[in-house]
Amino acid sequence: MVSKPHGGRLVYRVLKDSRRERILDEISELPRVDIDRDTAVDLENIAYGIYSPLTGFMVREDFESVLDLMRLSNDLPWTMPITLDVSKEDAESFEEGDQIAIYSEGTPIATMVVEDIYEYDKKNYARMVFKTEDPNHPGVARVYNKRELLVGGPIELLNHLPNQYERYTLRPIETRVVFRERGWRTIVGFQTRNAPHIGHEYIQKTSLAFVDGLFINPVIGRKKPGDFRDEVILKAYETLIANYYPKKSVVLSIVRYEMKYAGPREAIHHAIMRKNFGCTHFIVGRDHAGVGNYYGPYEAQEIFNEFPDLGITPLFFREFFYCRRCGGIVHEKICPHDENVRLRFSGTMIRRHIMEGKAPPEEVIRPEVAETILSFEKPFVE
Amino acid sequence: MSEKKPSGKYTTVSIPRTLYTRIQKLIEGKGFKSVSDYVTYVLREVVAMHESEVQEEPFTKEDLEEIKKRLRALGYI
Ligand SMILES: [Zn+2]
Repeated sequence: MVSKPHGGRLVYRVLKDSRRERILDEISELPRVDIDRDTAVDLENIAYGIYSPLTGFMVREDFESVLDLMRLSNDLPWTMPITLDVSKEDAESFEEGDQIAIYSEGTPIATMVVEDIYEYDKKNYARMVFKTEDPNHPGVARVYNKRELLVGGPIELLNHLPNQYERYTLRPIETRVVFRERGWRTIVGFQTRNAPHIGHEYIQKTSLAFVDGLFINPVIGRKKPGDFRDEVILKAYETLIANYYPKKSVVLSIVRYEMKYAGPREAIHHAIMRKNFGCTHFIVGRDHAGVGNYYGPYEAQEIFNEFPDLGITPLFFREFFYCRRCGGIVHEKICPHDENVRLRFSGTMIRRHIMEGKAPPEEVIRPEVAETILSFEKPFVE
Repeated sequence: MSEKKPSGKYTTVSIPRTLYTRIQKLIEGKGFKSVSDYVTYVLREVVAMHESEVQEEPFTKEDLEEIKKRLRALGYI
């Protein structure tokens, strides 16, 4: 059977039809809170059950339990705080028990029933989640930029955020139907923010050897200069699948999500998200969700030992590379040879080739994939 | 809930001393910090297994047809 959602029940808090219209008609009467893009993306993920069992932003009891114990107050594994921050002035316009309207970029996107308004310690938040108080860490910086108070309570989604990739977007209620219709019992999830090179392909195919289906789930979110553009990643994957994958064993769809770069804690969060999509297995590679040198290369794998009740099985991988002596794609555990006969899949090297308008070596990237990438005038974010 | 909620992050349960000693021996050098750590780990594993497998679908039959329509149109099924 497709994996049961985290906490046992898939959350779905999307309003439609008359109820939605009635609330939208009266929305201007509710106290208003404006939220940033990151928080809006989290909100949408709550509404579609990607963060099941969360039905809204965290109340203090859950927030503190997540920081201290990496579990919700009902003991379910949960490692990332999902919070709505407001200013003191915002908080003057409502109190616990009130319904408020949540706006993103000038549009009302949701309502929320306020259950809890509370103060929090940003340094403690940073240290517990990111293992550092360093403001140069991008996740920590975002915590420091949050407003003074947190507000918790259940939400209901009124309007989607604009989505350029709606055609590629499947929600858990949909992926679960796809997996079931295809007769898959075991599904491995792969998260990516990159155009695929052969190392990715081998990790996916090695996993697929043991399960019924592969769920490739690129994360669409904020990018930094030099990253592949989202459209390039999607087209590159389509090309790879069309040429090198048994089509009936793969599903490609995106999830909108803003990376927090919390390394090990975020790896658990990513696994829970894929469990909610219906995956039974999740691939965790080297330095998953890491940034800089804040986390050890395999810390994001080791943390899974602390969660015997996670309900999704992690598959751990070391880096793959091409070995001239082995004559193929291998990894540390199976190749005894020296570094000088190994060709590593370096992102920098791939980028350099592409920038020069040349295809990287065939041992590194499939020629069809390289061609797809090169067909874009500007494959990278500027 | 009728039981009083324990305050603080941890609470105490009793196990026979013989079992305690047995676990102590078992976990020597196995990476568990304490008997409590081990007991928590094992209980969570067992409890998760025993929790209900039934799952309510958050959608009706009509919703399901709508979902399938979209999935077919996009070529997923
Ligand atoms: Zn070798």
